[in-house]
Amino acid sequence: MTQFQADLTSVAYLVAAVLFILSLRGLSSPETSRKGNIFGMVGMVIAVVTTVLNPEVVSYDWIIGALIVGGLIGYIIARKIAMTAMPQLVAAFHSLVGLAAVLVAASAFLDPVSFGIANKMGQIYAASRVEMSLGAAIGAITFSGSIIAFAKLNGNMSGAPILLPGRHVLNALMGLAIIGLIGAFSMSDGAASGGGDLMWYIIGLSFIIGFLLIIPIGGADMPVVVSMLNSYSGWAAAGIGFTLGNTALIVTGALVGSSGAILSYIMCKGMNRSFISVILGGFGGDSAAASAGGQVETRPVKQGSAEDAAFIMKNAGKVIIVPGYGMAVAQAQHALKEMCDLLKEEGVDVKYAIHPVAGRMPGHMNVLLAEANVPYDEVFELEDINSEFSQADVAFVIGANDVTNPSAKTDPQSPIFGMPVLDVEKAKTVLFIKRSLGSGYAGVENELFFRDNTMMLFSDAKKMTEEIVKAL
Amino acid sequence: MTELATEIVVNPFIQQFSVFVLAIFVGYYVVWSVTPALHTPLMSVTNAISSVIIVGALIAAGPDGMNLSKILGAVAIALAAVNIFGGFAVTSRMLAMYKKKEK
Repeated sequence: MTQFQADLTSVAYLVAAVLFILSLRGLSSPETSRKGNIFGMVGMVIAVVTTVLNPEVVSYDWIIGALIVGGLIGYIIARKIAMTAMPQLVAAFHSLVGLAAVLVAASAFLDPVSFGIANKMGQIYAASRVEMSLGAAIGAITFSGSIIAFAKLNGNMSGAPILLPGRHVLNALMGLAIIGLIGAFSMSDGAASGGGDLMWYIIGLSFIIGFLLIIPIGGADMPVVVSMLNSYSGWAAAGIGFTLGNTALIVTGALVGSSGAILSYIMCKGMNRSFISVILGGFGGDSAAASAGGQVETRPVKQGSAEDAAFIMKNAGKVIIVPGYGMAVAQAQHALKEMCDLLKEEGVDVKYAIHPVAGRMPGHMNVLLAEANVPYDEVFELEDINSEFSQADVAFVIGANDVTNPSAKTDPQSPIFGMPVLDVEKAKTVLFIKRSLGSGYAGVENELFFRDNTMMLFSDAKKMTEEIVKAL
Repeated sequence: MTELATEIVVNPFIQQFSVFVLAIFVGYYVVWSVTPALHTPLMSVTNAISSVIIVGALIAAGPDGMNLSKILGAVAIALAAVNIFGGFAVTSRMLAMYKKKEK
């Protein structure tokens, strides 16, 4: 490669990195977001073409074959996937980034000369060994952790936390072992490739710790886990970027890494829990068991039918819809939109209120409502709409529970105390679509069910909504 | 003195690390400006762009001949390609659904 080619290559990677920044920038509003996505694609094409034109890359048949196979699979999945399955799709995609990072690190380890990271004797530079083993370790954790997250979100595995005895000690020991091995790997000079088998031990241990880290975390904490794995996939990419000395990869890794970290932070704040407590896992399991063994609920609840609900909402001036994970499970978003259209024809003001942790991933509810053609300017975040519940005639809660529980504000004993909640109880009437009186994920009784202004609609979210539509 | 100064080169790692740290700050400010309604597309698009790791896979699969490193590289290309095509396609599918109230 001539000096000029090398400079041109670096500039091209820089351009790709800038385009990636612009693609995230575009997401600041729905209008600019589509253009942002195009920027991202252009950046990716520039990065791939620049690399393929590198004189080191001489054999194209495998590259083209792998691109076609992978590209087709990805495209078909993206076309067919249901919007409700988005959390597990994102988890699956994270696992692929993680595995790709491991594979790239492994090939760089096996063939350091092609990657330009070895001295004349074929030994890998110490700095490169640290970078590649870190990238591989984070990639392996991302891979196996995302597999578990996928299985929990997709229902292949129970969402309940799996608690191994002594798991904190075990995880801590394994974490220390990985760090120790990376240290030993960076200092070893023995084998021709530099470090012998240590690299494989690092990767193997990281795979195992990835599994162990995610199995104790319960289903409703998945928004944090998915965001965290998003972040990890970025740090893994950055680690590989250092190995390759590639600006596009380093910048992208940093962007994705901080993006995932910010989302994790937002999700934790939405639950008023510390990141550490989510990662240590076990939430939901103990308290749910405790409440199941506790006193049997005998207080009366007001139960209503679809006709009652239709009557109340038709005569309301303002209705606020509060969707939750139950709406996603029941695929009720289209029926819900139909119901709201009918209400609007009756002259009712309809708005949607989204809690930050509603659903199983950040922004999950917004995507489902968008799929059902709900205009995004009718959908509001918690802090923007919470003051409006006191002027609303009806709060229509569909498939949400813990995020509406007033005990988060009033009962310091409650496990969810301090969590920001939607003030649905301030509306004149609260309609709750729920299958039973069961407590939510946090295992906390929702006292709202027993209030005078609450009417329970016991049914599947979709069925009940369709019945209300008929009654309207 | 001047002779000595020309011999000292900045470690390339430090330069890369500077880029990395600055990019984290850029990411911090850019991601906070993303509207919460688009957090799911944010995740899918970051997924797609982090697959730029394909550049490493291309280098691994690029040389002539046949060895384990090349096979691993080709597999990594396929995995990253699933993510790139899938990630951008599903993001554009989602973004196409976000509409304003028609008036």
